[in-house]
Amino acid sequence: MTASPRTVLVLLDTPADGLRSPARELLTLARSLGDVTALALEAPSETTLADAASYGAGTVLVVDLPGDASVGARLAPVAAEALAAAADRTGADLVLLTSSFVNREIGALAARTLGAGFVYDTSGISLTESGVVGSKRVFAGTWDVECAPTTPRAVLTLRSNSVVAQPVAEPVVPGVEHLAVEPTAAATAAVLVSRTAHATAADQSGRPALAEASAVVAGGRGTLGDFGPVEDLADALGAAVGATRDAVDEGWVEHDAQIGQTGVTIAPRVYVGAGISGAPHHRGGMQASGVVVAVNNDPDSPIFEIADFGVVGDLAEVLPQAAAAIRAHKATQG
Amino acid sequence: MRIVVPVKHVPDIHSDRGLTPAGRVRRGADDGTLNELDENAVEAALQIVEALDESERATSEVVALTVGPVEADAALRKAFQLGVGSAYRLGDDALAGSDVFGTAAAVAAAVRTLDAQAPVDLVITGMAALDGLGSVVTSLVAAELGLPQLTLASRLTVEHGQVEIERDLEGFTEVLTAPLPAVVSVTDHVNTPRYPNFKLIMAARTKEITVLSLGDVGLAPDAVGEAAARSRVVESAPRPPRPEVELVTDKGEGGLALAEYLIRNDLV
Repeated sequence: MTASPRTVLVLLDTPADGLRSPARELLTLARSLGDVTALALEAPSETTLADAASYGAGTVLVVDLPGDASVGARLAPVAAEALAAAADRTGADLVLLTSSFVNREIGALAARTLGAGFVYDTSGISLTESGVVGSKRVFAGTWDVECAPTTPRAVLTLRSNSVVAQPVAEPVVPGVEHLAVEPTAAATAAVLVSRTAHATAADQSGRPALAEASAVVAGGRGTLGDFGPVEDLADALGAAVGATRDAVDEGWVEHDAQIGQTGVTIAPRVYVGAGISGAPHHRGGMQASGVVVAVNNDPDSPIFEIADFGVVGDLAEVLPQAAAAIRAHKATQG
Repeated sequence: MRIVVPVKHVPDIHSDRGLTPAGRVRRGADDGTLNELDENAVEAALQIVEALDESERATSEVVALTVGPVEADAALRKAFQLGVGSAYRLGDDALAGSDVFGTAAAVAAAVRTLDAQAPVDLVITGMAALDGLGSVVTSLVAAELGLPQLTLASRLTVEHGQVEIERDLEGFTEVLTAPLPAVVSVTDHVNTPRYPNFKLIMAARTKEITVLSLGDVGLAPDAVGEAAARSRVVESAPRPPRPEVELVTDKGEGGLALAEYLIRNDLV
């Protein structure tokens, strides 16, 4: 079965300071589907261009917006107009974005303009004889669904950790082209008054960002407010730290760390939940994880129903012991 | 001030959710509910109206709107319990199988129809529906209506004909403003929804729900539903159950067992 390759347009998330892992994963997947052009909403740095080349973008198309581009490009309707214009310019029949709240909006709005089908939060994208198919996990990871756009063009978003990022053997310097875009009045009808960076937990700790980490250690009410053991195991594993809504509401951890249907949705290779009972809202945000490990002193906690491995015990004793054993193991591996 | 709150009837998050053989969300009146995040949208709308002075309040209204079959009335009844003044359901067999674009077209057409009765100043939605979790219909409705979109508000104020929101994205806090009319979505951090009021619970059972057809809102049957869907579900299946959990009771070596499990499975 051979399927004809596509002309693929990939929206780059962070053009300023090099690509983050979700973008690298997306480019890795994109080049298996066809010829890749990357779209940057702001002028990319040399680092970003080199990164894009390493992961197979043959061309980087840079959007030139009038005025302060860094403001306009942050508005989903403006970004969507740029993305749709770029799809027309390149003749792309496949438009790919990483999955985030903003990117889903951008993708949906661009698809609306392009008359394209839209499939969000895929965990895989493939070409079959009948066309593009996006794989999705729905209902908190309890159902697997294959979604096929019925239109000649398709826009899809890909979740983090869906593929393993791999650089190309011989990167070429991508050609840089420019595309001038004049946003419509409708797209700029809502005005961005201010945009303030706040240091995320990941920035402060040097740990990976929660949404893109391949390993996550999360704490809940059972930590009783002491996230020390959670952070200890996370650091031993090189994992991100996550939390339940309860732990965030108690002020034990920052809002950025909240895993759940209204927080960050994660699907790491391994998730460790400590002192977490496994309420539906939290499960909705983590149940698609590859391997689920739970530590809780209540053997009847619902989280054990969805766990692959569980320890019934006090997390304050279990986690540090596990962290020490993992560090010892890593030391022997050199 | 007239505020329309589009709401959705979704399978209860505690129920055994699934898809029909046709790839559509399985919905039943028995386990269906008002999408929990829509309660924040209703609350936001009620608070805006309650903050108005008496004369303005007298001419203000919060309208709940849903798109769906008769079972979706359950979501509107819950909205009545919370205090909305009137409720509309756009129901038509042709709507079945709508994708996000068809859904947005239907919601927008219904809002336009309501706007023709009496001007609509604001459309407020929840941040996501807990079945699909796409969070894109709000944006698409704004685009259909040609109105400014201010999504994912964790703070919302309406003053002097202008809406202002604050939102937290990963790593950034943004403030956005727009003149009314506008389309807004709110997160579950924007407020704490009130509990249904007993008097309203009793009254909600018999309050009138106005049912609109596609013809009433000026949409052709082939503009929505399966006919217009730009994607389809080609396969769906419940994930195979996880193997039985490997459970260890900590007697002093639970942490070692955990580490050994991760190492054995190449997860370290």
